[in-house]
Amino acid sequence: MREFWIIFKQAFVTKAKAKSFIITTAIMVAAIFIFANIGNIVDTVKNVTGDDEAANELKVIDNSGVLFPMLKAQMESADSLKLVQSDLAESELEKQVKEGKLDSFVTLNLNEGNTIQAKYMTKSVIDFDIPGQLQESLQTIQTQMNAQQLSLTGEQVQSLFTPIQFEQKNVSPSAKSEEELMQASVLVYVLMFVIYFSVIMYSSMIAMEVATEKSSRVMEILISSVSPVKHMFAKVFGIGMLGIVQIIIYGLAGFIAFNTSKTKETGGFLDMLNLSNFNVATLVYAVIFFLLGYFLYATLAALLGSLVSRTEDVQQMIMPMSLLIVAAFLIAMAGLNNPELGFLKYASYFPFFTPLVMFLRVGMLNLPLWEPLLSIGIMLVTLFLLGWFGARVYRGGVLMYGPSRSLKDIKKAVQLGKE
Amino acid sequence: MTLLLENVTKRFGDFTAVDHLNLSVEEGTMYGFLGANGAGKTTTFRMVLGLLTPNEGTITWNGKRISYATSPEIGYLPEERGLYPKMKVEDQLVFLGELRGMKKNDAKKAIDHWLERFEVPQYKNKRVEELSKGNQQKIQVIAALMHNPRLLILDEPFSGLDPVNVEMLKSAILDFRNNGATIVFSSHRMDHVEELCEQLSIIHKGNQIVRGSLREVKRSFGRQNVQIKADHDLTALESIAGVTGFTKTVEGGIFQIEDEKVAQQLLTGAMQAGPIRHFEIEEPSLQEIFIAKVGKEHA
Repeated sequence: MREFWIIFKQAFVTKAKAKSFIITTAIMVAAIFIFANIGNIVDTVKNVTGDDEAANELKVIDNSGVLFPMLKAQMESADSLKLVQSDLAESELEKQVKEGKLDSFVTLNLNEGNTIQAKYMTKSVIDFDIPGQLQESLQTIQTQMNAQQLSLTGEQVQSLFTPIQFEQKNVSPSAKSEEELMQASVLVYVLMFVIYFSVIMYSSMIAMEVATEKSSRVMEILISSVSPVKHMFAKVFGIGMLGIVQIIIYGLAGFIAFNTSKTKETGGFLDMLNLSNFNVATLVYAVIFFLLGYFLYATLAALLGSLVSRTEDVQQMIMPMSLLIVAAFLIAMAGLNNPELGFLKYASYFPFFTPLVMFLRVGMLNLPLWEPLLSIGIMLVTLFLLGWFGARVYRGGVLMYGPSRSLKDIKKAVQLGKE
Repeated sequence: MTLLLENVTKRFGDFTAVDHLNLSVEEGTMYGFLGANGAGKTTTFRMVLGLLTPNEGTITWNGKRISYATSPEIGYLPEERGLYPKMKVEDQLVFLGELRGMKKNDAKKAIDHWLERFEVPQYKNKRVEELSKGNQQKIQVIAALMHNPRLLILDEPFSGLDPVNVEMLKSAILDFRNNGATIVFSSHRMDHVEELCEQLSIIHKGNQIVRGSLREVKRSFGRQNVQIKADHDLTALESIAGVTGFTKTVEGGIFQIEDEKVAQQLLTGAMQAGPIRHFEIEEPSLQEIFIAKVGKEHA
């Protein structure tokens, strides 16, 4: 056990003291703070640079003679957009737009039936904002005009537009209410990312570590004083500890950042991350699936890392493993909008997909307890088998040198490990 | 504390890496292990360290099998640099020392002592990759010696060192031997083996082709050189039975003979022909023996 702790400590402390680790962590923490305060930052930048007034000017050709004042009143009250009536001909303005002197303009007409006809001309293909506002405002004006013609009172008009009351209720036993689902999906989304990134990052870090020790031949000294199996697990736990520490730092940074942030009115996405909305069960599952996912992939990574003799070959060797994680992530992403998709259920029991897919299901749906428990059980068994098998490969793998870069070498390594 | 290898054979599939190897190293002696690249030296060392298990035969040290329990008593210097390039010298040595069962403080004391002895105390807080190859080798040697092992396995300990440092290292290793440690070392440098080892083996393609004490090996080689310096022509002596070769030199000639008795006949013959100024029977060097046995292509 003593050797285990020495290697555990070495794996953890050396990495934690490394400049690259400290810098990455610092950058991430900074990013979290920037993200939490993005509203303030955007406001500050706007105040400093000032809004471009000219860009927000919209030229209007009013052929009806009555629409412009109404539209101006309707639109300028709410927005910073400034409407200017133009005396120029439509063709002249169109030329200006084509030449780039003008962003856009709108032509208004009123036909015999008192229907508004508007033509919006722009050069930009991604101009959605202004036309949308225009359409809405003109619709309101049209309604008012029609109401006047029919001599309807304001109340009568309003009653015409009374919204119905509509509530969606899902009677499926596993479904959550819509509000719950919305909150859950944000939390699950964020945590899924955390699990995905940390599993992919730390497992490749392990493969890299093992390959480095092999290529620098420290491995020979190490395994002459501690058994390869002990070495492997000490390594996996040491790097795991590093990952946990890093995530705790990010978690704390996130908590502090969002709670001290002055951006209170952001709403929507950030509001969902408010701690009061956190579902404890989801967090517990996140921790469980993170740990299981990490250990499963880390053991696989150590096994693969022990097969190569040069660090350059690591990426190639762990490629199949990375694809497994990516597949799990894609499946889980597909389920984010519809967690009751049939294939998700099956995928969630496949141990390499469980950490993401089962976590998604358990976070988004009200699953019976046995479902996550069963998948956790399957993962534990797989982890055990992989650990046992990994140790056998590792024992031989660390002694193998040469141009080994294919999975066929697993057989060779097991053979060598036996001897 | 005798290290004993009896009939040790190691096969990888169809390939026999080590074939019926026998050797015994007494306490307080040094054993030289010679062989060309790929001869099976590293495989043998790995078996001694317990990293590989022999297919046949036994390896015992002091009557016991070597296991992780004995690892604090073993020092191993691998052939290639076995250090973390990014770790600082002291951190690294503390870590390796702890793995060999040392306490942290003892390790630190030992590190200071050895860095001082090898005249490199200034590298204590440097990263290994910043050091020159020779200095890295010194750190590597410290890692193998710092925990005062009773069994030392040194794979090419002198590679990459300049002559001054070779002497420094030699004296450190000799101290260990004089304190009763058992030492096995491999080298390509025959002169080092000749100078340090009481016993030696030459292995070639897994076979132990030469084995014994230095003197036995030289005697049994059955080839000696006789150098004679004389003013008259010695060419006629080439026809004496037992002379296998003759090289004429400015001052006389060098004869290769198979038997020491022939040397006496050469001396008599040379004196009959005229006065001689110098007569010497030269032992074959280990280099010659190695080349003759293993083949010139590997020398």
